[in-house]
Amino acid sequence: MARTEAAAGVNPGARRILLLRGAGLVVLAVVLLLLPMTANAIGDPALITLATRMIIYAIAAASLNLILGYGGLVSFGHAAYFGVGGYVVGILYFHFAADDLFLGFIPGSNQFLITLFAAMVVSGLAALVLGALSLRTTGLQFIMITLAFAQMVFFLFVSLKVYGGDDGLIVRRRNLLFGLNMANDTTFYFVCVTIAALYFAVFWRLVGSRFGLVLGGIRQNERRLAAIGISTYRYKLVAFVIAGIGAGIAGALMANFSKFVSPDMLHWSRSGELMIMVILGGGATLFGPAIGAVILVGLETVLTGWTEHWQFILGPILILIALFTRGGVLTLLENRRAPDA
Amino acid sequence: MPDALLRVDHLTKRFGGLTATNDLSLEVRTGELHAVIGPNGAGKTTLISQLFGELAPNAGTIHFAGEDITALSTAARVRRGLARSFQITQLLFDYSALDNVALAVQAHLGHSYHFWADARSDRALTEPALLGLARVGLEGRAHVAVKEMSHGEQKQLELAIALATRPRLLLLDEPMAGLGTTECAATIDLLRKLKQETTILLVEHDMDAVFALADRISVLVDGQCITTGTGEEVRNNETVRIAYLGEGNV
Ligand SMILES: Nc1ncnc2c1ncn2[C@@H]1O[C@H](COP(=O)(O)OP(=O)(O)OP(=O)(O)O)[C@@H](O)[C@H]1O
Ligand SMILES: [Mg+2]
Repeated sequence: MARTEAAAGVNPGARRILLLRGAGLVVLAVVLLLLPMTANAIGDPALITLATRMIIYAIAAASLNLILGYGGLVSFGHAAYFGVGGYVVGILYFHFAADDLFLGFIPGSNQFLITLFAAMVVSGLAALVLGALSLRTTGLQFIMITLAFAQMVFFLFVSLKVYGGDDGLIVRRRNLLFGLNMANDTTFYFVCVTIAALYFAVFWRLVGSRFGLVLGGIRQNERRLAAIGISTYRYKLVAFVIAGIGAGIAGALMANFSKFVSPDMLHWSRSGELMIMVILGGGATLFGPAIGAVILVGLETVLTGWTEHWQFILGPILILIALFTRGGVLTLLENRRAPDA
Repeated sequence: MPDALLRVDHLTKRFGGLTATNDLSLEVRTGELHAVIGPNGAGKTTLISQLFGELAPNAGTIHFAGEDITALSTAARVRRGLARSFQITQLLFDYSALDNVALAVQAHLGHSYHFWADARSDRALTEPALLGLARVGLEGRAHVAVKEMSHGEQKQLELAIALATRPRLLLLDEPMAGLGTTECAATIDLLRKLKQETTILLVEHDMDAVFALADRISVLVDGQCITTGTGEEVRNNETVRIAYLGEGNV
């Protein structure tokens, strides 16, 4: 009969893994906390902005991982929501600076919490609309249609001459938050770390919840889910919206970080990069995409310093990593085959 | 007729030039174990897939508990009390056996829009799921990933998942295929018990099992139901002997 341990759903071998993960988290927290001090101490403050970019992309890649890694939905247009989040910050700042109204009735803002929330709402809505349409298709068709929609959003912003068109939009000052000195890169770094910590905590709960269990099931066998009475479309749509919101958060942070937004944020190659981060680090794992983001952003930074033909070197490196890790880099660290869900 | 839980009328399914289900009519009575037998390619799986809403028929109707369900989705049929097991197992292979059954329990309890609480430590899911696993003899394998399980265990798991949705009509597609003799005997025992609780439509090649379990048997050949009757009647039926049993399948 049901042993208590089994009834609680605790895998007998899982305790050791839990301990390892806990230790890993502590190490991660310490590294993140000490990073700015260390960077300044070794006279390389650029490390702080590099780490900030890695963290922002970690959020973006993790948001894609929800649908790509957990749900098995190969969305090739995720940069659209990243870009939309960025543009919300940019456009609200534009109207704040001009002291006029967006669409004639929405005032601009330079308040971080307001613009971040607006970015989440608008990205989520965009994901709701585009997801509702594209999730009616599957397989290759789904990949193509998500790409096509993302390109439409891309060209929309290219054609918006008011907001700079091709050239993009400058955000002269970072948004304000609780009287913090956001212009200071170390301060902004800690703001990003805090948001990332909250984001990953929520993400962790989400993928272990009943909803998360359904999502992982959708990746593995949709026919089975239908056979136990689950209509998968709505679950996929909800996941798509949550993923869009996550990308919107990352986009809003990126706009503040680089004090600039442009259609480049929504370019299809950006979507491709996010996919590479997920696959590289390991899909359907909590921190896999973050590791993928660290590796990809890190490699790009190092290689662009060497040569302008850095992409020719990056490609083979990525292929080698993919060949040697199979399930992503995280599988090497934890030495396991099965994803979390 | 009030005692027909499932009624199939003039069902037809064509795959290009091939008619896999050919003007098929059939009735499953409440409480009975109704076996469907027939040679390979007779259209047994195709029939189950149509009953379950995974394949749309070209013509004909399906009534369940008096309601026309011909146009309903699979999920909607499950909510009304249908469940099926698959001849070729359809499982969540990355998940544990417990996860697979717990998810079916979860689906049966209602919607799954819970975004925060940990589902794997939710006793409302794990306790019924463990009981379900115990019923098919898999209680010791609860935390094993499905892809690590043997074929026989996966077949048993199919059964446990189907049962977890507490069906009124259980559609079983060759639950014994590929099982060893002990597993086979255990499954026959289990089906004998299940018979008391729910109505079952059983597709099976194992004739010993069929004749031991079935209240009535329908014989399918080339997509048509050539006869329905008790084991005795079917055994003595001239057409069946020629069309099927006579071909050395017994
Ligand atoms: N999706 C499909 N497309 C085309 N033909 C199909 C399809 N599914 C089944 N068939 C054909 O329909 C016929 C009936 O197949 P079905 O699987 O229902 O037979 P079965 O009675 O279950 O056989 P078995 O005892 O081997 O399981 C076969 O000739 C098969 O090749
Ligand atoms: Mg079959």
